[in-house]
Amino acid sequence: MTMGAQASIARGDGTAQELYRPPETERRLSLAFITVGFAHLAVGILLGLLQGLQHAGIDLYAYVPFVRHYYQGLAMHGVFNVLVFTTFFIGGFLFFVAGYGFRRPLVTSGLAWTTFWLMTAGLLLVDWALLTNQASVLYTSYAPLQAHPAYYLGLVLVVVGTWLQLVILLRTFFAWRRENPGKRTPLIAFGALVTLIMWTMASAGIAVQFVGFLLPWSLGWMQGIDPLLSRTLFWFTGHPIVYFWLLPAYISWYFMLPRQVGGRLFSESLARLAFLLFIPLSLPVGFHHQYLDPGVSEGYKAIHAFLTFAVFMPSAMTAFTVLASIETGGRARGGQGRLGWLLRLPWRDPSVAAQLLAMVLFAFGGISGLINASFTVNLVVHNTLFVPGHFHLTVGTASALTFMGIVYWLVPYLSGRRLFSPRMGVWQAWLWFVGMTIMSRGMSWAGVLGAPRRTALGTAPYFAAEWTVPTWLTAIGGAVLTISGLLFFINLIGTLTASPRAEKLEVPVVESAPDGQDPVPGWLDRFAPWVTATAVLVLISYGPTLYRLFGEMSLTIPGLRPY
Amino acid sequence: MDIDRYERLWIMLSAAVLLSLFLALVYSVYALDIRLVDDAGQVDPATAAQTPPFDEPGVYQEGPGRYRVVMVARAWSFQPAEVRVPAGSDVTFQVTSLDVIHGFRVPYTTINQMLIPGQVSEFRFRFAEPGEHYLFCHEYCGVGHHTMQGRIVVETAATGAR
Ligand code: HEM
Ligand SMILES: [Cu+2]
Ligand SMILES: [Cu+2]
Repeated sequence: MTMGAQASIARGDGTAQELYRPPETERRLSLAFITVGFAHLAVGILLGLLQGLQHAGIDLYAYVPFVRHYYQGLAMHGVFNVLVFTTFFIGGFLFFVAGYGFRRPLVTSGLAWTTFWLMTAGLLLVDWALLTNQASVLYTSYAPLQAHPAYYLGLVLVVVGTWLQLVILLRTFFAWRRENPGKRTPLIAFGALVTLIMWTMASAGIAVQFVGFLLPWSLGWMQGIDPLLSRTLFWFTGHPIVYFWLLPAYISWYFMLPRQVGGRLFSESLARLAFLLFIPLSLPVGFHHQYLDPGVSEGYKAIHAFLTFAVFMPSAMTAFTVLASIETGGRARGGQGRLGWLLRLPWRDPSVAAQLLAMVLFAFGGISGLINASFTVNLVVHNTLFVPGHFHLTVGTASALTFMGIVYWLVPYLSGRRLFSPRMGVWQAWLWFVGMTIMSRGMSWAGVLGAPRRTALGTAPYFAAEWTVPTWLTAIGGAVLTISGLLFFINLIGTLTASPRAEKLEVPVVESAPDGQDPVPGWLDRFAPWVTATAVLVLISYGPTLYRLFGEMSLTIPGLRPY
Repeated sequence: MDIDRYERLWIMLSAAVLLSLFLALVYSVYALDIRLVDDAGQVDPATAAQTPPFDEPGVYQEGPGRYRVVMVARAWSFQPAEVRVPAGSDVTFQVTSLDVIHGFRVPYTTINQMLIPGQVSEFRFRFAEPGEHYLFCHEYCGVGHHTMQGRIVVETAATGAR
C-alpha cells in the first residue's frame, strides 16, 4: 500500500534530521523545568488521594503534618497540579520543541535560564504561602477571600516567565526566518508559537486582576475589591488556560505520535488550521464559567455559549486528523481491516500507550465538557462534582497522561540515559486509564445527584445516602491513580539516577508534506490575521460587559481569611 | 489545500451536531422557560443588612400562590435558614452575600446560583410537590464551608388559602 511506502520515505528523511541535537545547556534547561513541574505533581497526587478518601469518610489529614485541613490541601492540589505542573512541564517542552523544530539554538539560552529562575523564585513564594496556610483560597483566587501578597506576587512572576518564553521563541523564530527565507515554519515550532501567542493574549485577564487589584489589595494599598470584576477577569484567562494545557498535548498527538507509531501526518493543512483556530476561539468564551453569576447579562452569556460550541470544532477536526494519522502507522505495520490496525500499534511502547489511552478518555472529557457548556443543562451540574469528573479527563488525563507519555522518550533524550523500565511505564499508563475511568465515573455520578465540589463531603451534615457508592468509586479510583503515579515517579527517578547511559536516541517528529503534495496555503503559516480576529471577537464578546463593570466598579469590599 | 472526502464529511457532521445541540438550548430557554440569572442590581455588602429588602430577610406572600424569599448569606449560614411555602407556589428568591462568594443550591431543582458580594441574585422556582428540600452553599467560603446549609419545606397546600 502507498501508506507503507510513505512511512518509510518519512523514516528515510528522518535520519538526516536526527543530526541536530540542541546544545547541552538547553537540554538541561528543559530537564530543569520538567523536574520542578513533576515534583509538584507528586505532592498534588498525594493530596488528591486524601481528598478522594475524605469523601468516602476516611479522613487522613491528621496524619499529614504539612496540611492543616481539607481546604489547604485542596488549594495545593489545584495550584500544584493545574497551575504549576502544567506550566513548568509546558515551559520545558515548548523550549525543547521550538529549538529542535527550528534546528538552531534559542535566542538566547541565557534569557531562557533567567526565565527559569524567575519562575522558580515565584514558585517558591507560592509554595511557602500555601504550606503555611496563608493562601488557602483555591486556585481560582476568588476575592474577597484573601491570600498573603507573596502568593499573588509569586503567581505573577510565573506568568511573566511565560511571556518571556514567548519573547525568546519569537526572537528564535525571526532568526530562523532570516536564515531560511521562504520556508514554512517547522510543524512542532509552529505549534509552540501558537500555544504561547494564544496564552499571552489570554493571560491579559489575570495580569490585570493580579497586578491591578489582588496584589495591591492584599498589601493594603487598596481598601477593597470588586468581587464580580475580579472573577470576570479571572475567567477571561481561566477558560483559554485549558487550551494552554491542551495544545502542547496536541503538538505531540499531531506532530510526534504519528511518527512514534510509524505513520505520517494525514493532513498538514487541517492540522495547521486547527491550531490557528484556537487563537481566536479560545478567548471569547469565559462567561461559560459565569452562567450562574448575577450581574452578567443573560444575552452575553448566550453569545459565549455559542462561541464555546464553536471552539469545539478544532477539537473535532483533531479527532479525525490524529486518528487518521495513527491509522497510517497501524497499516504501515501490517494492520488489516476496519479496526485491525489498532492492534498493530506499538502498545508496548509506554509513550505510545499513555498517549493513546489519554485520547480515549479525552473523548469522554469532550462530551462532558459539552454538557457543562450547555447553558441551561449546566444548572444541573454547575459547581457539583460533575465538574472535576469532567476536568480530570481533560487536564487530568488528556494533558497529564500525555505529558507522562512524552516524558518516557523526552527525559531519556535530555538526560542521555535509557528509560528505567518501559514495562513499568506501560503498566503505569493502563493503571491511570483504569483509575481515572473509575474516579471520574464516581465524581460525575455524585455530581448529577447534587454533591457539591470543593467541599469536605465526608463531614458535610447534608451528605445524602445516595452519594455513598459514587464517593467510594472516587476513593477507589483515586487509590488506583496514586499507584499509577507512584510507578511513574519510580520510573522517572530510576531513569535519572540508576539507568545505564543510552546510545543514540531519537526525537520523533513527522515531516512536513513535500511541496506539491497537500499544498499548504500561505494563510495557514501566518499569525497576524488570527491575532487580529481574536481582538475583534474579544471586543464584541467582552467589550460591553467589561466597560460596564469597570464603570460601576466599587473598590470597597474588604478581604477576609476565613481559613 | 486538499481535504479528504471523509474528513470533509466528518467536519460537516460535527458542525451539524453542535448546531442542533445549540438549537436545543435555545428551545429550553424560550419554550421551557428555563432562564439564567441576569443583572438584578447591586447592593453594598457593608450596608446591605440595613438596606431594604435585605434588612428584613424572610418569606413574603405577594399574591395568591406567589411568594418572595429575601435571604442573606454569610460565612457559614443562610438567613432565614428555613423557608416554608405551600405546594404549588411560585417562589422568587432574592439573595445576596454579606462577605465572600457563596453558592446556593437545592438538589433536584433548577435552583443553582452564585452569590457574589455586591450583586443581587434573583431567580424563580415553582415548588409543585409537597416535601422537604435541603439547600447548601456550593462555593468554597472558608473552613466551615461544608457546614453551610438550610432547608426548604414545601407544605401540603391545605393550610394555604387558594
Ligand atoms: C491521584 C490522582 C488524583 C486524585 C486522586 C485526584 C482527586 C481529586 C478530587 C477528589 C478532587 C475534588 C475535590 C473537591 O472538589 O472537593 C480533585 C480536584 C481537583 N483536581 Fe484532582 N486528583 C488527581 C489528579 C489530578 C491531576 C493530574 C490534575 C491536573 C493536572 C488534577 C487537578 C485537579 C483540580 C484543578 C481540582 C479542583 C481544585 C479546586 O476545585 O480548587 N487532579 N482532585
Ligand atoms: Cu471553560
Ligand atoms: Cu461555601
